Amino acid sequence: MDNLNLFIRSIFIDNMIFAYFLGMCSFIAVSKNVKTAFGLGIAVTFMLTITLPINYLLETYVLRGGALTWISPDFADVDLSFLSLIVFIAVIASMTQLVEMVVEKYAPALYSSLGIFLPLIAVNCAILGGSLFMQQRDFGSVWTAVCAGGGWGLGWLLAITAVAAVRERIAQYSNIPGPLRGVGITFIITALMGIAFMSFLGIKI
Amino acid sequence: MSNKSVFFNPFSKNNPVIVQILGICSVLAVTVKLEPAIVMGLSVIAVLAFSNVIISLIRNTIPTNIRIIVQLVVVAGLVVIVSQLLEAYAYDVSKQLSVFIGLIITNCILMGRLEAFAMANKPWPSFLDGVGNGIGYAIILIIVGFFRELLGSGTLLGYQVVPDSFYAAGYVNNGLMILPPMALVTVACIIWVHRSFNKDLQEK
Repeated sequence: MDNLNLFIRSIFIDNMIFAYFLGMCSFIAVSKNVKTAFGLGIAVTFMLTITLPINYLLETYVLRGGALTWISPDFADVDLSFLSLIVFIAVIASMTQLVEMVVEKYAPALYSSLGIFLPLIAVNCAILGGSLFMQQRDFGSVWTAVCAGGGWGLGWLLAITAVAAVRERIAQYSNIPGPLRGVGITFIITALMGIAFMSFLGIKI
Repeated sequence: MSNKSVFFNPFSKNNPVIVQILGICSVLAVTVKLEPAIVMGLSVIAVLAFSNVIISLIRNTIPTNIRIIVQLVVVAGLVVIVSQLLEAYAYDVSKQLSVFIGLIITNCILMGRLEAFAMANKPWPSFLDGVGNGIGYAIILIIVGFFRELLGSGTLLGYQVVPDSFYAAGYVNNGLMILPPMALVTVACIIWVHRSFNKDLQEK
């Protein structure tokens, strides 16, 4: 039940875009139309769900202070947590590469729709941010990490698709003042949607 | 491009945040108060300048298909140094910035400048480009942080600047400015002002 609660929280309350502003760069650049936005959203969800448990295992069994005791009790005072940034980003970059190759080999159709976005994801702050938040909050098990990763990914997907839909309409039907066109109005739309999402605060299942 | 324009263009005409739209995440997240915004700006200037120089020095030996990973490793190494330094000498600020120091690694400004400039230029212009873009980024951070702290808490750098007589007369801090969405609106306003002076930047 706790995991389900965390999953819902991650989608609506701790939303990556509206609460933490992670992954804004690709969010602004790719939210011009719904189809590509949805593709990127799927890719981000996928990568978050994969990398978060991997990084969780690394954090618990290798990096954290005293985590190496499972090898031998002598390692009890070894603390490798200063390496965590490098390890996390290496995991993310190599997983991106790996997923790209696997998808290209076994699902060419998916690759052609997702392919261009995969390299972008290695430098998407939402992915690394997910791992860093995982490090800050003590997750109890791998499943918690999977739920949080999936939830954050879906929240990101929801946000980018919704904003892309609004942007598509605005580009066609509205007469926006020149200086705000494009990026400016996107910021304001995102802000208004963020305020709307604040109404989910305190939801509990 | 002359060294001078490499250095000064990112201040306004080619600002990394409001024109190139890079590195937005941290601009929005660390600007509730002015102090973390300044620290964040300085950290990014340092990391950006040195990673630009390092990548520029080894640019001819990096194989093109693994260049993203090489760049990430260089940047991650520098960010680890910065975060350890901050934890040692400015612990409170480093606590406030929390994950966002680590997220400098995936700050799009870094990847953008490394790809677009350092991979094709000599170390000295790359250094200037790094410092220039870092300053351009810090300017926006400081403007946003200034308005959010002034209007949201009535303080600057922790000192109260709105006089007590204002509060006595019924002035109230705008609590909305502290909430995340207002950072977006503040940046949108900066873009609005900036683009009304630079008409060639407006989108059709």
